[in-house]
Amino acid sequence: MKLTKLAMLATTALLAAGAAMAEGKVKVGMITTLSGGGAGLGIDARDGFMLALKLSGSDAVEVVIEDDQQKPEIAVQLADKMIQAENVDVLTGIIWSNLAMAVVPSAVAQEKIYLSVNAGPSALAGKGCHPNYFNVAWQNDNLHEAAGAYATKAGYAKTFILAPNYPAGTDALTGFKRFYKGELAGEIYTTLGQTDYAAEIAQIRASGADSVFFFLPAGMGISFMKQYADSGVGLPVVGPAFSFDQGILQAVGAAALGVVNTSQWGKDLDNAANQTFVAAFQQEYGRLPSLYASQGYDTANLLLSAIGKADIADKDAFRAALKEADFASTRGDFKFGTNNHPIQDIYVREVIQEGDIFTNKIIGVALEDHVDAYAAECKM
Amino acid sequence: MTFLLFAEQMLNGLQFGIMLFLMAAGLTLVFGVMGLINLAHGSLYMIGAFAAAAVAGATGSFVLALIASLAAAAAAGALIELTVIRRLYKRDHLDQVLATFALILILSEGTRWVFGSFPLYLDVPSYLSGPVTLPGGIQYPLYRLAIIVAGLVVAGGLFALIARTRIGIQIRAGEADREMIAALGIDISRLYTLVFALGAALAGLAGALVGAIQSVQVGMGEPVLILAFVVIVIGGIGSIKGALVGALLVGMTDTMGGVLLPRFFALFLDPSAATTVGASLGSMLIYILMAVVLIMRPSGLYGSA
Repeated sequence: MKLTKLAMLATTALLAAGAAMAEGKVKVGMITTLSGGGAGLGIDARDGFMLALKLSGSDAVEVVIEDDQQKPEIAVQLADKMIQAENVDVLTGIIWSNLAMAVVPSAVAQEKIYLSVNAGPSALAGKGCHPNYFNVAWQNDNLHEAAGAYATKAGYAKTFILAPNYPAGTDALTGFKRFYKGELAGEIYTTLGQTDYAAEIAQIRASGADSVFFFLPAGMGISFMKQYADSGVGLPVVGPAFSFDQGILQAVGAAALGVVNTSQWGKDLDNAANQTFVAAFQQEYGRLPSLYASQGYDTANLLLSAIGKADIADKDAFRAALKEADFASTRGDFKFGTNNHPIQDIYVREVIQEGDIFTNKIIGVALEDHVDAYAAECKM
Repeated sequence: MTFLLFAEQMLNGLQFGIMLFLMAAGLTLVFGVMGLINLAHGSLYMIGAFAAAAVAGATGSFVLALIASLAAAAAAGALIELTVIRRLYKRDHLDQVLATFALILILSEGTRWVFGSFPLYLDVPSYLSGPVTLPGGIQYPLYRLAIIVAGLVVAGGLFALIARTRIGIQIRAGEADREMIAALGIDISRLYTLVFALGAALAGLAGALVGAIQSVQVGMGEPVLILAFVVIVIGGIGSIKGALVGALLVGMTDTMGGVLLPRFFALFLDPSAATTVGASLGSMLIYILMAVVLIMRPSGLYGSA
């Protein structure tokens, strides 16, 4: 009995101490993927975020970082811990849509602000939108829509499309078809995590297609591109930036040269914020930034801009300050739509080689001031 | 479906099966001889791929890379056997699963620690890249043909080793009666280390061969490991012949099922529903195959009851 009392006292004291420490500072809980096959994405987003905080010289933000191991149940546990024990004000960092769906709805319902550095599932952009949820990256469909628009503009009339059989994969093909006007030579859903695409490539060869669109993030894309290049099929390829971002291009190698991909960001975007970001990132971490890093960087700068304008304790004022998006984005123009998702240009990039390094060069704009397809369904 | 497409898919199934055999052979040997469930077999596959990528990056030679993958995986296997696995033979399977699962985590994070979180580059050597035209007009990547040939050579070598050499006799005897061969004066612990290293080397070779056309990254071994377990269950645990037959069955079923099922459903469903249903059922097909085999022959195709 005595012991229980003592434990309770200690806990209360600790909680009070925690609350006192948080005062005056905005406490951010970052849940992201730092181990396993998808770690490269989370590490880039985290490094971009921390770089922005460092460059700002501001000590107004305290960050707690945890690894979700790309597992929804772990992400939920971490979110509970951060909300209940760490008492964070803002959550951020989740890369994967299935993890975001597990964490975001309950976090925003508990009056926490959630800033998405990457995942943008359609369910959170339409009917499920929330005043406490801000997506700083894109709605999931966006880059695929841009790829569809590009394919139409490039005059492709018979595209073969493939994506993994999971929610973001179906979103991808839906997004592509929304802006693609030609006919489809074929449509395949592959297994999530599949590494051998010989069967799919044989079908592409036999289909009489004039081009290929694929959404295969991370390692799946590396495997597909290497095998595709080796198969001698040789049709032009279009894809979203996820399969051609800086983190994986070196592993794909020359097989990716000349491939066209769509992105809301590129390292050669000509604006001051981006130049500062790219140079500082290279200096700090010794590698080129990826789009995930740019998203993390923008997220931190958005947060800092809101902290400069409003007190986190006044939730209404803070949300309004976030919504203004009054920060210098690495993407140039950036503003939030009615559903707190970005309205932004989406560019067409081409994979090139600079010395020994494979990277992307922007060659055009696919969609200007693009608003996602679900904004109208959001009643907020 | 045209003949060309069908023939190409058959070759794909064969190549996939051969790859699975390299993984499953080591797994089934270790299980058959030592009675050990080794979940960390996939990590050895990963070690092989990383060693190959590192050596190919440093020297530019694919042959050296393959040798490095064999050596690194065998060394890692021997080390693991001597330090961890050795303590597990007398424990029950649950302890083995726990310990080897811990090994997966340690090896994955260790690899990340050494090589970083981003996938490594390992490519097909120029003399094996590109497609070749086979009789009948089939266009097929030369590298995949090379994998098929390499896999068949290894399979032949393994059968010769088991059937015709002294080590092979000891391995077979070890499967049949562990106490007896120890009593006959065979150094059983040395034999175990050897078998484990051999299995590890085969997994490492598979990792390096596949790494050249896939992505060399942390965690690449686990999906293959699951299939390899399916293979040895179908083939019968402990049987190399079973592993070969099981691997080819699984490779063919997985490839042809994924191709044919969506076409079959397209006969009476609309196209997008057909692809979704077909793809889902296609990925289940090997497990259905496993269930059917286990109902007909509970100890697998070539398993001793």
